[in-house]
Amino acid sequence: MSDTVLTAQDLAKSFGGVRAVRGVSFAVAAGEMLALIGPNGAGKSTCFNMLNGQLRPDGGRVLLRGQNIAGLPPRRICRLGVGRTFQITATFASMTVRENVQMALLSHHGEAWRLWRPARTQRIAEAQALLEQTGMAAQAGRAACVLAYGDLKRLELAMALAGNPSLLLMDEPTAGMAPDGRTALMALTRRLAAERGLAVLFTEHDMDIVFGVADRILVLDRGELIAQGSPAAIRADARVRAVYLGSGATSGGH
Amino acid sequence: MTFLLLQALTGLASAATLFLVAAGLTVIFGVTRVVNFSHGSLYMLGAYIGWTVLGHLPRTPWGFALGVAATAVALAVLGSLLEMTLLRRLYRAPELLQLLATFGVVLIVQDAAQAIWGTEDLPLPRPPWMRGFIVIGAERFPSYDLLLIAAGPAVLAALWLLLHRTRWGTLVRAATQDRAMLAALGVNQRLLFTSVFALGAGLAGLGGALGLPLGSANLQLDLSVITDAFVVVVVGGLGSVPGAFLASVLIGVLQAAGVALVPKATLVIVFVVMAVTLVLRPHGLLGRGGTLAREAEAPALVVPATLAARWLGLAALAVLAAAPLFAGPFAVAVLTEAMIAVLFAASLHFMMGPGGMASFGHAAWFGIGAYGAGLAATLLAWPLPLALLGAVLTAGVVAALFGWFVVRLSGVYLAMLTLAFAQIVWAVAQQWTDVTGGDNGILSVWPSGMLADPRAFYWLTLALCTGGALLLRRVLFAPAGYALRAARDSALRAEAIGLNAAHLRLAAFALAGAAAGLAGGLDAFSKGSVFPTYVSIGRSVDALLMVLLGGVQTMAGPIVGAMVYTGLYDLLLQTVALWRLVLGLAIVTLVLAFPQGIAGALRRGQA
Amino acid sequence: MLNVSELHSFYGRAHVLQGVSFQVAPGEVLVLLGRNGAGKSTTLKSLIGLLRPRAGRVEFGGVNVAGWEPHRIARAGMGFVPEDRRIFTGLTVAENLETGRQPPRPPLPAWTPARLFALFPNLGQMASRQGGRMSGGEQQMLTIARTLMGNPRLVLLDEPSEGLSPLIVEQMAHAILALKQAGVTMLLAEQNLHFAARVADRAVVIESGRIVWAGTMAGALADAASHLQV
Repeated sequence: MSDTVLTAQDLAKSFGGVRAVRGVSFAVAAGEMLALIGPNGAGKSTCFNMLNGQLRPDGGRVLLRGQNIAGLPPRRICRLGVGRTFQITATFASMTVRENVQMALLSHHGEAWRLWRPARTQRIAEAQALLEQTGMAAQAGRAACVLAYGDLKRLELAMALAGNPSLLLMDEPTAGMAPDGRTALMALTRRLAAERGLAVLFTEHDMDIVFGVADRILVLDRGELIAQGSPAAIRADARVRAVYLGSGATSGGH
Repeated sequence: MTFLLLQALTGLASAATLFLVAAGLTVIFGVTRVVNFSHGSLYMLGAYIGWTVLGHLPRTPWGFALGVAATAVALAVLGSLLEMTLLRRLYRAPELLQLLATFGVVLIVQDAAQAIWGTEDLPLPRPPWMRGFIVIGAERFPSYDLLLIAAGPAVLAALWLLLHRTRWGTLVRAATQDRAMLAALGVNQRLLFTSVFALGAGLAGLGGALGLPLGSANLQLDLSVITDAFVVVVVGGLGSVPGAFLASVLIGVLQAAGVALVPKATLVIVFVVMAVTLVLRPHGLLGRGGTLAREAEAPALVVPATLAARWLGLAALAVLAAAPLFAGPFAVAVLTEAMIAVLFAASLHFMMGPGGMASFGHAAWFGIGAYGAGLAATLLAWPLPLALLGAVLTAGVVAALFGWFVVRLSGVYLAMLTLAFAQIVWAVAQQWTDVTGGDNGILSVWPSGMLADPRAFYWLTLALCTGGALLLRRVLFAPAGYALRAARDSALRAEAIGLNAAHLRLAAFALAGAAAGLAGGLDAFSKGSVFPTYVSIGRSVDALLMVLLGGVQTMAGPIVGAMVYTGLYDLLLQTVALWRLVLGLAIVTLVLAFPQGIAGALRRGQA
Repeated sequence: MLNVSELHSFYGRAHVLQGVSFQVAPGEVLVLLGRNGAGKSTTLKSLIGLLRPRAGRVEFGGVNVAGWEPHRIARAGMGFVPEDRRIFTGLTVAENLETGRQPPRPPLPAWTPARLFALFPNLGQMASRQGGRMSGGEQQMLTIARTLMGNPRLVLLDEPSEGLSPLIVEQMAHAILALKQAGVTMLLAEQNLHFAARVADRAVVIESGRIVWAGTMAGALADAASHLQV
């Protein structure tokens, strides 16, 4: 792996004596799409939340381009170049689509505390460019609270990109979307990752998506990494089949 | 040593009645998600009804027990009626409107109780059996207090069994989490809610009757009890009965110890307990986080004023500026008051609307500003500009200090704590007579020189208040205001784009406090005096009514609301004897008619 | 068993259901297919009464229950399993089951915790565990078991496979087929075609608040490839 963006080393976390994550290590490279899968309760969310700052690891390190970010609050991690999308979309409902992106840009440039010039007149061109890239330009003037769900997901993507991140963390990016919308969103992500050299780490339950777009797959079970590798290798892994994939009868044969 | 033990026991005894009230409040909140402001009124009614009932019963222990039980049942019935006529219609309303409507009930009960029982304190004559005591060391300790001390744990145990060992209790606990789901499982929520409310009201009645021998039935009970109960419930953790018990014991004992050791510091102790708890455990001693999720209402898009609106505003400003040239002194006085109200309402709107921080004690900052200016002008003999600056800074700094403890809290917690804080400021103003003059207030706070002319003072007020309100508005449209709104819309996303939500909210809190302080300072100079009423709950409610009348979602709302409200209020005060009753009924009616606020109703009407 | 005709529902001012009509026959499993926002959840919520339909009829066992309150509809024998597994996290498994308990409905045998633990063996091992300390899959099983405690004649399931790992989805399919064997009629809202294919007898497809297709599940699968955008 030539250009490693994020390295997790020996991550561990316990909740009231229950060891939710025990010694997980992996790396993501620029331009790579890495999927994190596993049974419900395997520790995916815990793992994810230690990377994005929502949780402080009990042990281990999280290196973002060599700098340890473990235990930093989410806003600091964001400023260091980590963008996020959420399982349930989180945008600013009282603002227009463009204002949402402008807000993200203002924060990224350290201008969020300015008190005088109206916010809506600032960083318009940059915001518009991001909306073009995510296919949201036509809806720039609409209120975020009236958008269709798929469009909210794309708005989140635009807001995440406003911070010019080197790593994108996507928590169940296609949850709650129809199959064709899922494919389109992940194709867009894939293209943006390639264009920007963006490392993408995502969790996902839709096996069509996981096996369709991921370059590599990590499998967690009971807090431990039980397998990692190419989609083909994961699909063939007997242990992964036993704890997670099953026969494939209800998940499209994967 | 004996002395301290006795104080601790006295504290435990007073904790018992406090626990009964707080337990009812917390159970009702847990299930219905309504913070019942009128719970203190139910306690007060318990005391009054208990007084009447016990007066007609034999003065034996059994007669007393029967009377107390009858009072509790009577309150349970009254509570059910209240739930069925009012609360039931409020379950889907925003929490501030719920607080406001139940405050309307407080006003109604006040006037009703006064009409029935009069303004005199009504102590319960203690029968001989109640005057018994035991001897601890060399001191006497009343047996009745021991009875009260036992009552607390007994009620706690009974409640626990009721909630954990019966089907009703299981359903109640399920309803605290997800009432819609429970309905879909075939449970009649209406019945459940009414029964819960009856239980809570019954507990308040029980507390009122049991507490009667310690003091008397009087018209101050409602607000003093509700303030303590809010603190207990917040410290214990909203919805947690054992938490309420722990907190009431903690506060009861500390208060008693405080009375004995540092009498002046009693109020401060309550506040310190609250602050320490919330810093260490933001959801209270036994509260659980994350159970307070409510269905958020979709916030409206915020757009700059249209050109027409700007011209309209400018024209209005011109008329206001010219008013003293053709209006009489009374009109100028009313206009001055209205202008002060505009800034006061705008400052509340700033933190409540875009800031998303509900405040039920905004009078605290107004009062601190007023006292700051008043003291600076009289004690220090500062000139008006300096005194006003002092008012702004004092209010802003205190708001920042208080805000530091509370800005991480959400909705109901914040509303209750701001109220409790305002009550503490009010009590300090009333009791620290050496400095504040107590109920006599600070007099002769008149502007000097050119500003002694009411018209000149009006122009100054107009300039400062519209200037202040416009400045707040400017900030709202600047990046900082957007960032504040972002933190309100989605704290998760705000953090994920690098915003520090807590700092933004703190800054907004301090700024709103400073602006309210300016309004208070101006009011002090305009009236020439400062009284504890400047910090009263009524003043906080005034601000809330102004903002809610105009609509939280619109930026011009608080300005219009303040002007309309000031006019109506002056009219009401001059013409109606039972003004509290009328105001209370008006509030309840308004909330029932427009559960989403008047502006919300207007917007719906247009679309 | 269920006859829905011309159902109209609104969220605020949004006209979400624009005249939905379909039937469910006793003993069958019908799946409601459609993309996000098409009106699947809204349909189920309108049936159970969590959302009051503005117009239309919901005949359930021959009685029009449209406009009834949810608890009355539930007591009439309609069970609802929500999409976001709204179990009571502060209550134990046994207490969760208790919240759903309603009188039996002869001649069908009453559901008891013992019978449900036989159907969902995992739950039996954790009867006194708090709902909040269960995994997503276990919570989903508990949601279904809790609804069955009301002895419903018809069960509405909102996206039972959403957010579950493939292995758990497989177990879910087994459970639903077992329920069908036990004589429970079911109406599912789903997006997961693979899952629907496994459990459903018939399908209706909803798009923009209207039913645009109805037929057998096999027919739906054949059409999905060509023109049904589900």
